[in-house]
Amino acid sequence: MIDSKKYIITFLITAVIFGTAIFISNALGEKKLEDVKSIEDRVALDILSSETQFALLEETSCKDLGPGFLSKELGSLGEKLAYGDNQTELNNDNLEYLKRSYFLLEIKDYLLMKRLTEKCGIEPTFILYFYSVEESCEDCEKMGYVLTSLRDKYPDLRVYSFDYNFDVGAINTLISIYKVEPNLPAFSINGQLYYGYHSVEDLEEQAPALQDLALRAKALETATASSSSQETE
Amino acid sequence: MMEITALVLYVTLFISLFFEVFLLITYLEVREELSLEKLLDKNIKQFPTTTIIVPCFNEEKTLSATIHSILNLDYPKDKLSLILVDDGSTDGTAEELKKFSNNSQIRIFYKENGGKHTALNFALEQVKSDLVGCLDADSFVNPDALKKITPFFDDQSIMAVTPSIKVFEPKSVLQYVQKIEYSWGIFLRRMLSSLGALYVTPGPFSIFRTNIFKEIGGYRHGHHTEDLEMALRMQKNHYKIVNSHGAHVYTIAPINFSALYKQRVRWTYGFLNNAIDYREMFFNKKYGNIGFFILPIATVSIFFSIYLFGNILWNVSTKISDLFVRFQTIGFNLNLSSINLDWYFLNTSTVSILTITTLALTLVIMYLSLKLSEGKFKFSRGILYYMLLYVFLVPFWLLKALFSTVFRRNVSWR
Repeated sequence: MIDSKKYIITFLITAVIFGTAIFISNALGEKKLEDVKSIEDRVALDILSSETQFALLEETSCKDLGPGFLSKELGSLGEKLAYGDNQTELNNDNLEYLKRSYFLLEIKDYLLMKRLTEKCGIEPTFILYFYSVEESCEDCEKMGYVLTSLRDKYPDLRVYSFDYNFDVGAINTLISIYKVEPNLPAFSINGQLYYGYHSVEDLEEQAPALQDLALRAKALETATASSSSQETE
Repeated sequence: MMEITALVLYVTLFISLFFEVFLLITYLEVREELSLEKLLDKNIKQFPTTTIIVPCFNEEKTLSATIHSILNLDYPKDKLSLILVDDGSTDGTAEELKKFSNNSQIRIFYKENGGKHTALNFALEQVKSDLVGCLDADSFVNPDALKKITPFFDDQSIMAVTPSIKVFEPKSVLQYVQKIEYSWGIFLRRMLSSLGALYVTPGPFSIFRTNIFKEIGGYRHGHHTEDLEMALRMQKNHYKIVNSHGAHVYTIAPINFSALYKQRVRWTYGFLNNAIDYREMFFNKKYGNIGFFILPIATVSIFFSIYLFGNILWNVSTKISDLFVRFQTIGFNLNLSSINLDWYFLNTSTVSILTITTLALTLVIMYLSLKLSEGKFKFSRGILYYMLLYVFLVPFWLLKALFSTVFRRNVSWR
């Protein structure tokens, strides 16, 4: 009375659908990681190019450094890796490896920026942000939003974010240089340490470096506004 | 904990997909039969004598239309009779019934209120015809409905034939939702019919061989779902029930949520409790598809629906709370340029691909259902209402029915 062949066929079709879904998901996950990897490669190349340019500085002047001296892609790379944290289809080991190299690239970029500052007397504003993905850090998510919002507001601001508990020697060194306590979220704006959650307004008020940025942005805005009004006249 | 949740989700998706694939394979198998059935009423040689019972309790408003729809059936008058039973109505039902007292096809009885199954059993004692059926006093039959049913009884092994039930002139949003839901029901019942797994002989216009009641007894209370209990009893005794999808019956669907909720709690509660009563059929090969697969999947789907709904609710509320935290932190700062259209940010997890596949198959079945019930597929507002609302409605009555079953069963065990 029971058509067992039909049940077996149904089971096989369902199993094939399941298998295909798993296969597609894994393939897309791998593609995503390749995507991240290629951005990392580009950032590494950017840094290498900047370092080379920097080495040549001995023979040339700061004026020759173009506006794209520091890599522009670190921000989107960070966003992709943060999103990847919640995605089950991404291979954990590969993601871990990509994060490790991301943190190292950030540090390299940071060092390059520091050297540029010393050499050319430019004053870029930078934030070193230490967070934790553990649940104990309730304010880390909120602080992340604030920093993303600041970066959107001030394109010149460089934000370097680090997982405090991630086992990378260079992060530990950075932590000990800046004497960052495990009281997270923690961040340093141009060397000044702050702990806990701070809103965008708080930070703009408290951090002199951000105030400068705000003034500069405003000046730029008025300059462009007046030049465009002149053009229309 | 996360692993267990993920496992339950995978099992739920696997079984849902399995069921959908099973239904679609069944559809492919019976597709030819469906077109042959259209011709079934064209060549009837013999019309069996048939009695239609109309049990009524406070149905003064719709009763007359119900009776007229039976009298208008395209069926020889000398072969068709009606028994109207007033089950102790307290409104104007008795007066309405009196209007039909001079009709030679009609016999009218009055009794004390005792519930629908008592009214049916009372009438069954008076029945002498070959076939007997019932029509609830809030339903109406298409003129050709009986002619689409009786030819099935040429097969001596068939003991009952169920019709296709449609929603009568939908007006409210909820009635439109039910119209689409009933189309699903029409498709599902036709498939179950081919699998020998119909587990309801619906109150509106299921037709039986009269002698079945002598063999397995009359209607029982059946936890307020006597039509479900009757079908399960027949299946347990290996009597064949089939569905005639071309026999259309129209029923007045509950117009508001409270009425719909009450009706569905009753149906689900009835299903669960009858399933408990007939539990020996479960996973029992002796009872064919109904025992081996359909009853277990129908039971399990109640839990799955609740689980999936909980899962969706949890995901949506997490998203909303994240958005709220974001809003609290940086305000409603919608930066259009920051909206990322990169495919990287699409959810490509196995669960989401499987969910999309399951939904796609659901849409295919919905398309086939509407084609089967309406003759052709036409996009209507009902489909939109159904897709937007149905998922959020069902868990209410499922939970209540489940709760009542667990709670009352506990009480009765003491």
